[in-house]
Amino acid sequence: MTTAATSTAKVAADAAGGSLRFYGVWLIGIVVLIVLPMIFSSGGSLTSFSLIGIAIVFALSYNILLGQTGLLSFGHAVHYGLGGFAACHMMNAVVSHGWPIPLPFIPLFGGLGGLMFAMIIGWVMTKRAGTVFAMISLGIGELVASSSLILRSVFGGESGITTDRTALPKLLGWSFGPQLQVYYLIAFWLVLSAIAMYALTRTPLGRICNAVRDNPERVQFIGYDPHVVRYIAFCFAGFFAGIAGGLAAINFEIANSAYLGAIQSGLVLFSTFIGGTAFFFGPILGAILVTYLQLGLTNLTTAWQLYFGIIFIGIVMYAPGGIAGLLMMHRPLIRAGTLWTVIPSYLVAIVPTVALACGVILAIETVARFSGGDAINLFGIAFNPTSPVTWIAAAVLVVGGFVVARLTWRRIAEAWDRAGTVARDRGYLA
Amino acid sequence: MSGAVSGKGAAVEVRAVEKRFGNVGIIRDLNLSVAEGERHAIIGPNGAGKSTTFNLISGHIAPTSGEVKLNGDVISGLRPFEINRRGLSRSFQVTNVFARMTVWENVRCAVLWATGHRYAFWKNVDSLPEVRERTARILDDIHLTHRRDVPAGLLTYAEQRELEIGITIASGATVVMLDEPTAGMSHAETDRAVSLIRRLTEGKTLVIVEHDMSVVFGLADRISVLVYGHIIASGTPEEIRRDPKVKEAYLGEEAH
Ligand SMILES: Nc1ncnc2c1ncn2[C@@H]1O[C@H](COP(=O)(O)OP(=O)(O)OP(=O)(O)O)[C@@H](O)[C@H]1O
Ligand SMILES: [Mg+2]
Repeated sequence: MTTAATSTAKVAADAAGGSLRFYGVWLIGIVVLIVLPMIFSSGGSLTSFSLIGIAIVFALSYNILLGQTGLLSFGHAVHYGLGGFAACHMMNAVVSHGWPIPLPFIPLFGGLGGLMFAMIIGWVMTKRAGTVFAMISLGIGELVASSSLILRSVFGGESGITTDRTALPKLLGWSFGPQLQVYYLIAFWLVLSAIAMYALTRTPLGRICNAVRDNPERVQFIGYDPHVVRYIAFCFAGFFAGIAGGLAAINFEIANSAYLGAIQSGLVLFSTFIGGTAFFFGPILGAILVTYLQLGLTNLTTAWQLYFGIIFIGIVMYAPGGIAGLLMMHRPLIRAGTLWTVIPSYLVAIVPTVALACGVILAIETVARFSGGDAINLFGIAFNPTSPVTWIAAAVLVVGGFVVARLTWRRIAEAWDRAGTVARDRGYLA
Repeated sequence: MSGAVSGKGAAVEVRAVEKRFGNVGIIRDLNLSVAEGERHAIIGPNGAGKSTTFNLISGHIAPTSGEVKLNGDVISGLRPFEINRRGLSRSFQVTNVFARMTVWENVRCAVLWATGHRYAFWKNVDSLPEVRERTARILDDIHLTHRRDVPAGLLTYAEQRELEIGITIASGATVVMLDEPTAGMSHAETDRAVSLIRRLTEGKTLVIVEHDMSVVFGLADRISVLVYGHIIASGTPEEIRRDPKVKEAYLGEEAH
């Protein structure tokens, strides 16, 4: 009993110290969102930030399924897209009926659109987890995406449904014509949704979702129906995906079948997985990185999807915890004070690993541009894709880089072993 | 101890239950009655159907025919969570915990339904005092307070077995079923686990499968012997020890 009492006291003390740090992180996030457009105020940056904000909400909603409940969906964009369409129709209805609903409330209707579909389709979908759920989600995704081209009155066919966000009633004098105002609207909903989704993980339902993810069988023997748990999680994921879709509809002033499709579903899976599903902030990192890669790479190379594929495979094989997993792996080392023993091995590994990456890039671009004959510009050096010199350079970099890089990776593993042993001895690693 | 048995109704009653997997009859005409407050051990050779009996009672699998009653109500055909909500909780022979969640989270999840929080998504799980106190008390009971923040998958084998018991009793069920809770434990660990079980199931109905005969005869008020899916004898430890059928079918095997 006394141990129980002291452990309760310890929990309370931990909570007090932790809550300070906890609110600090959220406050910093909000401040960053506010000042970001003041530092980077170009039109291009504002557009990027807006897209990233939408992608974060979308990826966080996806992680309610993947990371928290263990449901792998290949059709999450359905809720995003339907949210987008719901938002567009709502905006047009507000304008034509003269309802007093200003633009900042519109994403809520997007959310309701995503939620509604999740509530209708979810009960059947979440009966089983695993492969069955994954396959049904794929089927539903394709079904909805193809219906969107057939049901023209609702989805507007090929051209989609357009809208004019500035035609809605103004709020505090904001017309939401300028991208800056749209950015702040997205940032507002991002903060609101992220807080709500984080709070969800800290509720009885959120914890039982984790239990269903880990062991759906045992959950039944502690009083819970895993089907109900999955269904509620699915509805929440649909709701927040719908909010993201509504934000996208506001941002682009259009919703079309591309919102609902397999590419969009794949992209959110990709972002969430790369960011890391085991931590709440993982999908945030993933969404930022993937959106930047998407914006940056599409300008640089026609083979950008190939790079996405390579990154994805690399993460799946070498860092299944994603970026967040890689970062958080170091927490016990930091606590044990042994982080400095692994850093040198990282620095040594950078050189051959970058060489290897350059070789791979050179090889891919050579193949991609061979017939076109455009020069490859890598770090300011121009390579001719039809010249054997380029091929040899690529081969040397790939083979040489790989051989040397493997040696340095082994050194990282050794350094990790040593640091990990110390951390374990000091009780920071289980 | 065994005097407490008389006068009370049956907590668990199994009536003429059959279970076939395909053409193979694994459980044949199973009859079992466990009185309220009784500690009842089920013994029998490997593959006799002890775990299958647990699965049938707890709703993990449905009987091919026959019925199971809990406190007088028919529960066969109900889903495991429905049976659990009626106050029956079971553990598993092969550790069956929430591997990626911490010890604390494991036990707390098992407390949530019983404390009425169900699927709540509007409450902060960390600020539910009765949940926190109950979880802390159970961790204390199973001696895992110092391991509360370790993912269950990283516990030692004996610790996982103790967590398994903790999850099972966390809901406060009145009927507790433990499937070989001490399997694979050392002597010292077994002793500790047995005194733990004795203490935690005080005033409850306990059904336990156990291979260690000293544990069985030390703990149980009544014993049932299961051989080839059929109960060949049921009675007090003294009766079972004297029963010639049991000697022949089971205890004799132990002796050589
Ligand atoms: N789902 C199933 N399908 C087919 N056969 C099964 C199934 N479950 C159990 N069996 C079989 O039923 C028999 C009884 O198994 P059970 O696990 O109940 O035995 P047990 O008495 O618990 O044995 P042990 O002491 O080894 O735990 C075994 O022959 C087993 O192979
Ligand atoms: Mg068994």
